[in-house]
Amino acid sequence: MTTELRQIHSQVLHSLMENDENIVVLEADLMGSVSTKSIAEQLPQQFIQCGIAESNMIGVAAGLAATGKIPFVHSFGCFITRRCYDQLFLSGGYAKQHINIFGSDAGVAAVTNGGTHMPLEDIGLMRLIPNARVIDVSDRYVLEAAIQFAYQNKGINYIRSSRKALPDLYSDASEITIGKGNIIKEGNDVTIVTTGLSVHDAKEAANELESKGVSVAVLDLHTIKPLDIDLIASYAQKTQHIVTIENHNCVGGLGETVATHLLTKGVTIKHFSQLGVKEQFGQVGDLDYLKQYYGIDKGAIVDHILTVVAK
Amino acid sequence: MKTHPDIKALKHLNLSIKVETTKALLHLGYGHFGGCLSITETLACLYGHYLKHNPQNPHWPERDYFVLSKGHAGPALYATLALQGYFETSLLKTINNNGTQLPSHADMNLTPGVDMTTGSLGQGISCAVGMALSKPEKSTYCIVGDGELQEGQCWEAIQLAAHKKLSNLVVFVDNNKRQLDGFLADIQTPFNLADKFTAFGFQTLAVDGADITAICNAIEQAHNQIDKPTAIILDTEKGQGFPSIVSIASNHHLRLDASTRQAIEADLSSLEKQMEELV
Repeated sequence: MTTELRQIHSQVLHSLMENDENIVVLEADLMGSVSTKSIAEQLPQQFIQCGIAESNMIGVAAGLAATGKIPFVHSFGCFITRRCYDQLFLSGGYAKQHINIFGSDAGVAAVTNGGTHMPLEDIGLMRLIPNARVIDVSDRYVLEAAIQFAYQNKGINYIRSSRKALPDLYSDASEITIGKGNIIKEGNDVTIVTTGLSVHDAKEAANELESKGVSVAVLDLHTIKPLDIDLIASYAQKTQHIVTIENHNCVGGLGETVATHLLTKGVTIKHFSQLGVKEQFGQVGDLDYLKQYYGIDKGAIVDHILTVVAK
Repeated sequence: MKTHPDIKALKHLNLSIKVETTKALLHLGYGHFGGCLSITETLACLYGHYLKHNPQNPHWPERDYFVLSKGHAGPALYATLALQGYFETSLLKTINNNGTQLPSHADMNLTPGVDMTTGSLGQGISCAVGMALSKPEKSTYCIVGDGELQEGQCWEAIQLAAHKKLSNLVVFVDNNKRQLDGFLADIQTPFNLADKFTAFGFQTLAVDGADITAICNAIEQAHNQIDKPTAIILDTEKGQGFPSIVSIASNHHLRLDASTRQAIEADLSSLEKQMEELV
């Protein structure tokens, strides 16, 4: 519970790197922010400091991948996606390279770094790269599974995550499969489909709603692409009410892909709504303030679902 | 490679690349004539002598790498690869056809012998730096356009290459002085490219990009460098070898009318005669 996700990230990578010298970690002057300094010091042959030049870093990663290396690149989520999107799209995706991307400080987790550093559109951007996988980390077990998956599966693998600790949702006994959703809580009236940081708020809200007599299922869709639509569809059919919650813009994010998949699959339900960032940019603030501001905190979720079931 | 290059053979290869490239683009009726023809001498030196490669095994693990960062010159590279035996020269007539293996811009997943997918300017040179970092025991060669150097990403890559002392990296600058919208000097003057590369930590060599011997000497000087990457600034003409194309002010991309086609065909015949004289 207390281990920071950045520590998990560097520990998992480090242990993989000790067993495979082809893995290379690339940083753009943010190793201090994501705890990869130990990798730089202990495995210098497998570490490339690219300086403050994210676009070049992606190109370098593509060159490494083309020669058989397995690059893991990192920067803050907005810089590693938005700033170097054409490089990811062409030198990465279009060229069919295997590049693993860690975007830290997902959404409001950027807190006091503010609007310039707050990625609220990275899921959408990365979903648009054909065949890319997109993962939003909800706890340390998911992060570990995501890094292992990225190592083993060629292509563009994008992992967005908080750097700080998140409470455990899972345990060593949990089965976490990238590409499959996990059931956090069962329920019969409404299903919350959520991801990343928001899983925790959804879980707390669902527990509170239970005490108010509303039975809410919570699904963790840590893998947004490819989406586990079968799991979502089965809960959609059962509860007939779907609310998606995400630490991201409603455009291009989890909610949009869930809606499209349900419609395409021919699943008809009584209610669908999205909680997430609307036509807004990021800003500075603490986590509680930001979640409240963008309407994705526990209180907003409880209020919204009470409205949904009252209809 | 320790042996001396056969300059006459490289000259012949250069003319062959020009002829095959131009025939392919004449067949197509349009294309990036100017920027293809300004790099054929360099392609001839690399593929004809210095680049370790194996047309029978394009993914030969011991091969050197070549990145055409100015990916729109793909047809010149395809002509070179065909002449080296990667595929039949008849395939050159399929450039840009539906479902082709030879798209306008270089694609490593479609064309045997292409090491990197390029086309969005500024990206190939970063990939070349990654390749050079990955395989220090090999040479990585990269051609960038002079206009392409307006992309900031190039200088990010150049900076990292120098910092990492990538002496196995050779960057050729096709300094043909023209870009799509006109002359670099009018659009965004590059100032002194050699000084810029030197300031960024490269060994910088300026050569006549039409002089095969000079290019060979520069490549050998690059190989002798032990702690710096090398930039070879090629003084070239856009459309090099084809007076009919050089004389067209805006020759980055041509769609041929009858008179231009006729003029290019006349130059082509003259080049074919030069080839015969070389044999």
